[in-house]
Amino acid sequence: MEPFRSLTGVAAPMLVDDLNTDQITPVQRKSTLTPDYALMLFSRLRFNDDGTENPDFLLNRPRFRRTKILVSGNNFGCGSSRESAVWAMAAYGIRCVVARSFADIFRENCLKNGVLPVTFPAGDAARFEALAVATDGAAEFTADLEAQEIRGPDGAVFPFDIAPAERIALLEGLDDIGMTLKHTVDVAAFEQTVRAARPWLQETRDRRGA
Amino acid sequence: MAQTLFDRIWDAHLVAQRGDGRDLVYMDRHVMHELHAPHAFARLDETGRGVRRPDLTFACQDHTVSTRPGRFDDRPGAATYTDAMRAGTRKFGIKLFDVTDADQGISHVVAPELGIVTPGATYACPDSHACTVGGLGVLAFACGTSELEHVLATQVLALKRPKTMRVVLDGALAPGVTAKDVILRVIAEVGVDGGAGHAVEYAGAAVRALAVEGRLTLCNMAIEMGARNGFIAPDETVFDWLAGRAYAPDGADWDAALSWWKTLKSDDGAVFGREVTIDCSALEPQITWGIDPSHVIGVGGRVPDPAAAPPERQGNMRRALDYMDLRPGDTVEGLRIDRVFIGSCTNSRLPDLEAAAEILRGRKVADGVTALVVPGSSTVKREAEAKGLDRVFIEAGFAWGESGCSMCAGGNGDRGEAGERCVSTTNRNFEGRQGKGVRTHLVGPAMAAAAAVTGKITDVRRLARERA
Ligand code: SF4
Repeated sequence: MEPFRSLTGVAAPMLVDDLNTDQITPVQRKSTLTPDYALMLFSRLRFNDDGTENPDFLLNRPRFRRTKILVSGNNFGCGSSRESAVWAMAAYGIRCVVARSFADIFRENCLKNGVLPVTFPAGDAARFEALAVATDGAAEFTADLEAQEIRGPDGAVFPFDIAPAERIALLEGLDDIGMTLKHTVDVAAFEQTVRAARPWLQETRDRRGA
Repeated sequence: MAQTLFDRIWDAHLVAQRGDGRDLVYMDRHVMHELHAPHAFARLDETGRGVRRPDLTFACQDHTVSTRPGRFDDRPGAATYTDAMRAGTRKFGIKLFDVTDADQGISHVVAPELGIVTPGATYACPDSHACTVGGLGVLAFACGTSELEHVLATQVLALKRPKTMRVVLDGALAPGVTAKDVILRVIAEVGVDGGAGHAVEYAGAAVRALAVEGRLTLCNMAIEMGARNGFIAPDETVFDWLAGRAYAPDGADWDAALSWWKTLKSDDGAVFGREVTIDCSALEPQITWGIDPSHVIGVGGRVPDPAAAPPERQGNMRRALDYMDLRPGDTVEGLRIDRVFIGSCTNSRLPDLEAAAEILRGRKVADGVTALVVPGSSTVKREAEAKGLDRVFIEAGFAWGESGCSMCAGGNGDRGEAGERCVSTTNRNFEGRQGKGVRTHLVGPAMAAAAAVTGKITDVRRLARERA
């Protein structure tokens, strides 16, 4: 996984609640397993039916074309578990999302793809959102995971909490599966125990006509 | 100490604690679908990591498959995902229920009906509605693609232990009121993120009285209140339903399983992180008016006024009114509709189709309404046909599809046109979910049938009374 240390760029305020993964990456009729994920991001909102850009959509405004931080409301990333939502953001260049709260699966998907999910305490969240709106893409923000803070263009500093293990995993780009594979012996032992105690769970067999 | 059912199942599957504090929880079963599995297969190829337990893993073709009768693939690139699924499962030795397989269907329908999942088991599926199978007393985990790959490589998930929540559903449901109405009401009360970070156990008299299919519907939509897990303590209703299913234990295994299953409940006095109680006895059929599954009213109700809602909900409600072309105070009953879809992992099992057919018998789909019914699995389809339900649907003017996800999310190209009003038995009324600009109203199957024959949103109980 690509490590996340710090990121400097434009912060785009999309201050709605419940932005779901169908909006972030709509299900499309795809004929390839490796679509252009950056192009998929918010595609229904970004593009008109004829493929031209919708000039009213925030990320299409000149200042927000290089957005690196997305700012949103409650329950960000709800809905489908599709990881393409996170892949699309990362491919576009958005590797930090600030939200009032995150849907559980989406947040997990962020952590596994080097995307930093940030939630501020309530008072700071409102101040940060106001600053992002007031800045209107005219200046950059820095999301600094080592310092656990986001710094605004006017010198304002917004500290955030993140579980130490999650912070380290992001900073070092740890291999999640690799960490679990260290426990292969435990898994094998567990399987042995279950085979003895609840054998039907350790085998699958089509018993029709058997 | 008094334990919750959640704790009981979690603890029985705890393999170890990882260095970063995450619990490694063993996954007894893993069922994948073709929209997400191919990416994990590709990653496993890159990393050279194999599949630890192909024998505990199954694969379904559901999201992208054509559901047209005869199922000819008439869409460019349609086979990309199904082909990748075939190649991946062949390579790793995983059982695939392919498009033409007699057991094919939506993963969340297939896994219970084949007895692949059983009470007290853990289950992973790379799809947010994995929670469906909680209806059998299974602890199910919806995954992203990285987690799917993680389960393939290790057979465990590395998880943070969620908090517990109990939703107690009291009372007896009135005639014409179904599990779908109950879960829509629950989401309306709890909110779309009220279950976030929680594992939800449903309990109470209204739950106990539900058949297994209704319980699957109830659990299906736990994710729509933000909960990753939704489940119900298993009982005789579940045990009877499972007996004799293809992959369910039999013989001595069955006896051993049964005695364990009977212990699977929350102890009296177990403490939950959060408890919600809803009396269901006065519930009427429910319907969504807006753009998330908490925008719910009784079919006789009126569209709420954002001005009367908490300030933080107002923006979302205004957007919903705008998208749905409704005004505060409107009744939904009587709204003209263009399209009806009966299907999806929420409501595509045999009793769902029976309830809809009951309304359709001797009636016709209204002029100007396009109506589609798609069974949740090929097994459901066969069973429905054996009962002559296909004739009822077809004679009424419905298209009778092959099994798959179809118009639920439109992954196979089945979708509505912008501006259409669609009455749907699915689980998400998100903007654009069923096609750009499509206005979705979620209901139960009989309500969908009632809308189809009247051409407008209708209280199904009125039609049922006419019949009686
Ligand atoms: S039927 Fe709909 S919700 Fe269910 S798995 Fe398919 S696309 Fe997802």
